[in-house]
Amino acid sequence: MNEALLSGSLFLKPFLTGLAYALLLPVLGCYLRLRDEWLAALAFTQVAAAGALVAMAIAAPPVLGGLAAAALAALVKHHSMRVGNAIYALLYLGGWGVAVLLVANLPLAERLARALFDGQLYFSGQAHLMAAWAALPLALAWLARLSRTLLVARFLPGHLLATGRLEGRAHLGFDLLVACALALATMSIGVAAAFALIFVPAWIVCDAASGWRRALIFSALMGAAGYVAAFFLALAADQPFGPILALTLVLAAGLTFLRRRTVAHPG
Amino acid sequence: MSLPSTGGIEVVELFAGYERPVVGPLSFSLSPGRVLGLSGPNGAGKSTVLAALVGTARVFGGRVNRPPGLRIAFQGQHLPPSRGLPLTGRELLDLAAAPCAGLPDWLMRALDRRLDTLSGGQRQFLHHWATLMSPAEAVLLDEPTNNMDPAGMAELKKAIRGRSSTTAIALISHESDFLETVCDQIVRVGEMQVSG
Repeated sequence: MNEALLSGSLFLKPFLTGLAYALLLPVLGCYLRLRDEWLAALAFTQVAAAGALVAMAIAAPPVLGGLAAAALAALVKHHSMRVGNAIYALLYLGGWGVAVLLVANLPLAERLARALFDGQLYFSGQAHLMAAWAALPLALAWLARLSRTLLVARFLPGHLLATGRLEGRAHLGFDLLVACALALATMSIGVAAAFALIFVPAWIVCDAASGWRRALIFSALMGAAGYVAAFFLALAADQPFGPILALTLVLAAGLTFLRRRTVAHPG
Repeated sequence: MSLPSTGGIEVVELFAGYERPVVGPLSFSLSPGRVLGLSGPNGAGKSTVLAALVGTARVFGGRVNRPPGLRIAFQGQHLPPSRGLPLTGRELLDLAAAPCAGLPDWLMRALDRRLDTLSGGQRQFLHHWATLMSPAEAVLLDEPTNNMDPAGMAELKKAIRGRSSTTAIALISHESDFLETVCDQIVRVGEMQVSG
């Protein structure tokens, strides 16, 4: 199967599907770091997976279930600001509990759950590809509209307070954007791979980039580079894609950390 | 007591606070072309007055009259944390739509550095400059001289006086010399004594 994947069109669709998310998610991750909300990504991916399983249980399309559940999680998160970061842990635990119970009680759910948690990228089809490449420009355009307000809210919060602008709409818009992007990505590349792409490149780049625009560009490039390396490594070694991507990005983070220590403390 | 309309912000017999009133009664007018200072001991409620002007503190009595559509820029005394975030000084000014021209040389040279690599005084000046020079009709600054050396304070005075020709400015400072030289009027919060 791997030879067929590597040599033919079977390989191209999964590769391009994942590439779209590898470019998009790290950019969104920079804004999650800006808002100190990276833990939200873990909650959204888990809830999206649970939503997909619930949809399957009621004979509805899993992707719609994942999107609806993630959007609902974004709304809950938005209206629970006072709870702080605890809401992400609660959403994560809720999503995990629902998913595990469904798997335990519905034999059919086990296969989908395995695909969602391990990542089913190599089995992505035309619909996944179209969804990914439609999501990429739409999400970036949506983000471009929100970007200034999100940055001002972090660095010049008094400007928004004083002008009475409804920054709440921008925050809700961003929450929904992240939730929907992660839900779509989870359906194609799995929970852990989606979380790794939204968390690790932004974590590496934000600490070192010499400007916000550069951070966005470098995080997308790093996400894409890590993704390409993991995709072919997983194929060559006949291993599941999700863990290979996660380990590739963790390795990159570790090497970056060691390099910074060496530069900061030579000798 | 009613103050005449000025096109700026009017504060009439204001009592403000959060859970309960902590300051008042206060009456003053914040007019374009004027710099108003708020002074007073720690805990007198100076920051609460500014918070009432921007609507984040509760008005328990009296009123704050703001013309509809008045653009206000406010910089609190605590700068938002920027550690680990890659925003440069130039990008901060872009966000505020504030010009770089007129910045002191020591800050102009550092504009392309990340905020989290600037000194406390540099960041303080930059944030207050961004607020002061933003396209707002009213500017509120809370303790703009914190962490600032005499050279920085002198540059800030110059910037405030230069901006005040077209803008209503209110500021809080515990530096009485700074207030005396930069303000047209000083309201002593907690003592209800107006000078100037």
